[in-house]
Amino acid sequence: MSEERNIIVGIDLGTTNSLVAYMGSSMPVVIPGEDGSNLVPSVVALNSGEQDFVVGNQARKYLVETPERAVYSIKRLMGRGLEDVGEESKFFPFRLGENMNAGEILRIKLGDKEFTPPEISALILRQLKRNAERYFGKPVTQAVITVPAYFNDAQRQATKDAGRIAGLEVLRLVNEPTAASLAYGLDKNKEGIVAVYDLGGGTFDISILKLHEGIFEVIATNGDTHLGGDDIDNLLITIALDDIAGDMKLDLRRNGEAVQAIRKAVIDAKIELSTREKTTISVNLPGEKKYEREITRLQFEQLIEPIVQRTTGPCRQALADAGLTAEQIDEVVLVGGSTRIPRVRAMVQELFKREPHTEMNPDEVVAIGAAVQANILAGGSKATQDMLLLDVTPLSLGIEALGGVVAKIIHRNSTIPASATEHFTTGVEGQTNVAIHVLQGERELAKDCRSLARFDLKGIPPMPAGLPRIEVKFLIDANGILHVAAKEQRSGKEAEIEVKPTYGLTDDQVESMILESFDYAEEDFRQRQIVEARNEAENILLALEKGRRNLAWNQLNETERKEISIAEAELRQIKTGEDYRLMRDAIEKLNRITTHLAELMMDSAIGSALKGKDMGELHADGPAAPHPIAPAEIES
Amino acid sequence: MIFMAIETHIASPEKTAEDRPRCWSCGEPFAADPHFCSRCSKVQPPLAIDYFSFFGLTRKLNIDGAALEKEFYKLSRRLHPDLYVRATRQEQEWSLEKSSRLNDAYRTLKDPIARTQYLLSLEGVQLEEQSKTATDRARQTGEEKKQVVPPDLLEEVFELNIQLQELRMSDGKDPEVIAQLEEAKKNFDAKLQSLHWELKKLWDHWDQLWDGNTQNDNSERLRVRDQMVDLLNRRSYIRNLVRDVNEALKN
Repeated sequence: MSEERNIIVGIDLGTTNSLVAYMGSSMPVVIPGEDGSNLVPSVVALNSGEQDFVVGNQARKYLVETPERAVYSIKRLMGRGLEDVGEESKFFPFRLGENMNAGEILRIKLGDKEFTPPEISALILRQLKRNAERYFGKPVTQAVITVPAYFNDAQRQATKDAGRIAGLEVLRLVNEPTAASLAYGLDKNKEGIVAVYDLGGGTFDISILKLHEGIFEVIATNGDTHLGGDDIDNLLITIALDDIAGDMKLDLRRNGEAVQAIRKAVIDAKIELSTREKTTISVNLPGEKKYEREITRLQFEQLIEPIVQRTTGPCRQALADAGLTAEQIDEVVLVGGSTRIPRVRAMVQELFKREPHTEMNPDEVVAIGAAVQANILAGGSKATQDMLLLDVTPLSLGIEALGGVVAKIIHRNSTIPASATEHFTTGVEGQTNVAIHVLQGERELAKDCRSLARFDLKGIPPMPAGLPRIEVKFLIDANGILHVAAKEQRSGKEAEIEVKPTYGLTDDQVESMILESFDYAEEDFRQRQIVEARNEAENILLALEKGRRNLAWNQLNETERKEISIAEAELRQIKTGEDYRLMRDAIEKLNRITTHLAELMMDSAIGSALKGKDMGELHADGPAAPHPIAPAEIES
Repeated sequence: MIFMAIETHIASPEKTAEDRPRCWSCGEPFAADPHFCSRCSKVQPPLAIDYFSFFGLTRKLNIDGAALEKEFYKLSRRLHPDLYVRATRQEQEWSLEKSSRLNDAYRTLKDPIARTQYLLSLEGVQLEEQSKTATDRARQTGEEKKQVVPPDLLEEVFELNIQLQELRMSDGKDPEVIAQLEEAKKNFDAKLQSLHWELKKLWDHWDQLWDGNTQNDNSERLRVRDQMVDLLNRRSYIRNLVRDVNEALKN
């Protein structure tokens, strides 16, 4: 990493898990959290005092214990309105805010407080930001964040807002399958046509790209922002609930805790069935009861077949839009946790008539790709200097014309940035306002498309009907977000635009959320760094004490033992102070000096396989080792 | 969605005392390149130029697709907003404006029909406006939009309409009618193919006129232009017929 550059991290803000990654001058790496886990479960909870937020693995226990204070899969609600969530609320035990109206942004209740989806996502982003700051030992304020390729304008804007609320400048939103292709292409230096099949926790995307001399040109994309592993879980939950209602005469549909316990059990079973032929869904129910049901992989596959089949339509459409047949695809890359399911892999193979690539970690590849894009934005490195991403807009942009018909002005799969200029006029003499309704979608009628915004062109000089000529420019930027500008051409007067965004936050609202929720002063950052460095120091000192009692200690020579003792005394001294940089240096030094001891300990304990690890890595409670609390089990 | 200030609209470069545009950054007078300064390589403000000029092309219709793609990639590597993240706000806006125009231009020029339509619009034909006015009028009066049947197709269109009606009456099952429609479709597809050859001939003619002395050939150019308009109208008429047949056969 070159020092003069700002650190730009890549973030995969997932439905189930989120990750942060960074690419310096060498290969990209995923940055682990304090618990050593690369995956931060996208779960947010309010603690019992309702004062502090808990995010990630630590929040997961609240899902079962106090589901009314925890929320997960918030990504499904980003950029959505009340009328979209009817179907969701059957399975998602989130509670809507009081007095919600159609057309306004959703509010979710956590305890007695209400939050919008961007605020909840911001808490996840803040956690990732902190993980990165801990890793670099300095503030991180710029990021590239990935979104499903099929996200519409409102969902993208909501993601960008979340970044801003978390104190991150979002330099680019990158489509998830495209990010995956960057990671894939970086690794292989490939040329040709690549299809990326991305089935995650809540969303499905298919993108077809042409890779040529470092240019990653998306030719077509398609998907479903409501299709993923969650749907499989819900299917299994429904069966379990029906079983329990039928056999045990126990209706648990309204019991949040029980539903969460069942959810965890079916997810475990789902994951097991990727490697085993059969498993048992097993869960303890209220009143000392236990539900158990054996399920074979065959049964599971029959059950999920309709869900798997729902991905084929978008794949065929993307191929048709790209003007390609399945035979013309050179490589297929799998992304997203749900592509671990053997039936999904088999289906992809049938569809594209070739074996898909599975060598990349489907949970991490999107974050890695985001880091690659971040590196490109930061000015590039040797590995990325010729790389350029040309993405497309997934949905057609249109305006409502007479009779509720949509006139398309920018077609889907147009390379972005893309623009269109339209002219409007008045219908009545002296008319000073023209209302414009902007929509996104492929259907013919406005009522079947997604409403992005309605706006009024105001301040048109009074003229006979049909005489004013108002030029409106629509521009979709490289993030897939729409910008609009208008001008009355005869008078040269700039028409004033008044917007009513659909399901969005206004700039002022976002601004107030930043001020309300976070205080990102330097001091705050410093304090956190001190606490974290101190914890790390405690850990390594504790590990060293254990090392002294180990036989390996006696195998060290006198000089080594003396050096270690000096470094230890230094660290003990420094950690009582306030300088976290000194602490980090002292930790680093002690780590280096104890490398030999660590090796000896490992040799005696585990054998020689783990040579080269230092004390920090060896000690089970150390920062880079797995946390005693098991890492994410929920599949993304 | 974001609402941007109008200032990002196509600006004209700073005029100097000699009325020659110069680089905003280093002051070098412009060379042929409409996008970058020949001395300091900095991106220049967007110019009100057509898609052909954007690619440094003349208004000719035969375009080498591979060369166009190569130029598109080359310009993308220099204009894309990814390259301006650390540049000034002004340069970022120009990059956004210019790369959107680059993409719009490439999308239009790489497609033979879109390219022809675009050229015709540059030559003063308002294809889109015509059809838009017709559509609006049709909506207001509640009538179906009427397209003038090209006279030489009258007989075939008449026959086709009878076949489509027969298919509807047989609930889409009469194998004889289906065979007739398949045959009609083949016939129309062949017509479309030959239209493409005709269009290619008109392109060649247009390009020759462009290379020659344009002043003397102005009336000839107008003639070729109007022939292209006719041809595109015929094409869109036949395509609609094919679409109707496809829909009828699908059901």
